[in-house]
Amino acid sequence: MSAAGWQGQRRPQTALALRDPPWVRALLIVLAVSVLLSFLVLPLAVVLMEALRPGLDAYAAALADDNTHHALLITLVAALLTVPLNLIFGIAAAWLVTRFRFPGKSLLITLIDLPFSVSPVVVGLSLVLLYGAHGWFGAWLVANGVKVVFALPGIVLATIFVTVPFVARELIPLMQAQGREEEEAALVLGANGWQVLRHVTLPNIRIGLLYGVILCNARAMGEFGAVSVVSGHIRGQTVTLPLHVEMLYQEYQTAAAFAVASMLALLALATLLAQHALEALRRPHPPEETSP
Amino acid sequence: MLIRLLSLGLAAGLAAVAGNASAERSILNVSYDPTREFYRAFNEHFIAQWQQQTGEKITVNQSHGGAGKQARAVIDGLEADVVTLAMAYDIDQIATRTGLIPTDWQTRLPNQSAPYYSTIVFLVRTGNPKGIKDWGDLVREGVAVVTANPKTGGGARFNYLAAWEYGLRTGGSEEAARDFITRLYRNVPVLDTGARGSTNTFLQRGIGDVLIAWENEAHLALAELGPGKVDLVVPPRSVKALPPVAVVEGNAERHGTLDIARAYLEALYSPAAQRIAARYYYRPIAPEHAEPADLARFPDLELFTVEEALGGWVEAQKKHFADGGVFDQIHQR
Repeated sequence: MSAAGWQGQRRPQTALALRDPPWVRALLIVLAVSVLLSFLVLPLAVVLMEALRPGLDAYAAALADDNTHHALLITLVAALLTVPLNLIFGIAAAWLVTRFRFPGKSLLITLIDLPFSVSPVVVGLSLVLLYGAHGWFGAWLVANGVKVVFALPGIVLATIFVTVPFVARELIPLMQAQGREEEEAALVLGANGWQVLRHVTLPNIRIGLLYGVILCNARAMGEFGAVSVVSGHIRGQTVTLPLHVEMLYQEYQTAAAFAVASMLALLALATLLAQHALEALRRPHPPEETSP
Repeated sequence: MLIRLLSLGLAAGLAAVAGNASAERSILNVSYDPTREFYRAFNEHFIAQWQQQTGEKITVNQSHGGAGKQARAVIDGLEADVVTLAMAYDIDQIATRTGLIPTDWQTRLPNQSAPYYSTIVFLVRTGNPKGIKDWGDLVREGVAVVTANPKTGGGARFNYLAAWEYGLRTGGSEEAARDFITRLYRNVPVLDTGARGSTNTFLQRGIGDVLIAWENEAHLALAELGPGKVDLVVPPRSVKALPPVAVVEGNAERHGTLDIARAYLEALYSPAAQRIAARYYYRPIAPEHAEPADLARFPDLELFTVEEALGGWVEAQKKHFADGGVFDQIHQR
């Protein structure tokens, strides 16, 4: 039976692990769990507790506020614009980097990583310097009545900049490991480029892609620094959820601030759940995985 | 399917965002940190009054932040219809750099375009354990002072200049003032960028023995936290701050909101607005309209303006806060 075979294979490893004295194992477990609790669970629990301290009515009131709704809308719109763009860019970039050799390839990889190393504040300021009233394109934008900074386009631009690496960074190692044999086989069998992409490349990178999208989306909804610089902080107009949290906190509306913060946390949780749901949906008929 | 759903949602979202912006006439008031509560109350009053007088329903949007940062944002293209900032210097900056505000803006409204005024006071821990009564007490050994960075915060510049004036007056010379201010900033453990930031440092994070703060900010903190956590100390002499207001004519004209913007600022001088100002801890310039109980919260003290005592803002800015100025010199040590 295959199960027995599997167990048989694993037994030596388990035995090896069992050789550690019990106190070492207990210590490691306690350490891992306490780190997890104190650094991950506790802060999130505090947010929820603070949010709920004045009672459910106050919590509901904070979430029912028009400005909160608008902040949520701005955040969702920014994420909805950012994620598909990064998805397309990420696939294209990863494909280019892993399937072709060309001069300047390492430069391109470095460029993709740039947003990881540049401080978000610098990103925001550079947008102001480019699109602000006295920036490079400022005169033209003002003359044509186009608002970029201190309006939604600026927020979206800032969000796109800081999230550029997420999808590509997930895909590059994955596609490198997979190699190009399957795609070449498809080409030999007469598939055109679009067919290769749809039936070979995309199914292979599905999980990595999904993970990249989740990360990209989380960062897009949570981005603070770059968006703060280009937002203008106009309530009900250019305020995203993270900015709204800060403004409420500064106005001594601590409970409301935590209520909105918990909403942000719930959004993140919802994305994770969506990821699992999507994976589960696909599970009934997955393409047979080759042994790793 | 998924893509179609997403793009539908996106279209609806964009429509909502765009529709929200164009449904009715609105003005944007770009202000500094401690005015949030006052303008929330005043906007409500003004919107109701405007509707009563003209039948038109309008919106007043607010943007708050450190005064210097807000002026910078307007210069960079934040489309304010009116600015209500901490000091004339910031509005002058907008006027000279963008031309959106006429340079004689300060003469357009009464009292040098300042509808209310305020001063700088101290917040101390309950019972005033360090016995802080005047500016001189701030430089004593072991007193931790919380104030913001005067290069970025409007209120922090007033804090700095009030202390400088004390050093100048009591020491009798420029060197004495410089020595005083050096010792004072040696006692500052954290320099936040704005007034609200340093208030939070003092109250929420519990850092420092004394917070140098706007009078209205101090009162607001007292009211928000409830009595018994911190005490208010009013020094015998402090600086008079006249936070001015101006219509950003260039922007308002383009938006077609010049009439609302002008009426908005004029309404700040009305009896009702003066009463609201006093309620939110700004000293009204027409105190006869305020509630006596509100006025009782403003103790008498000697007030001097930066113009009278220190030769005006342009000079003070150049001498103290410009790059390489006195603050940079003393802070580097």
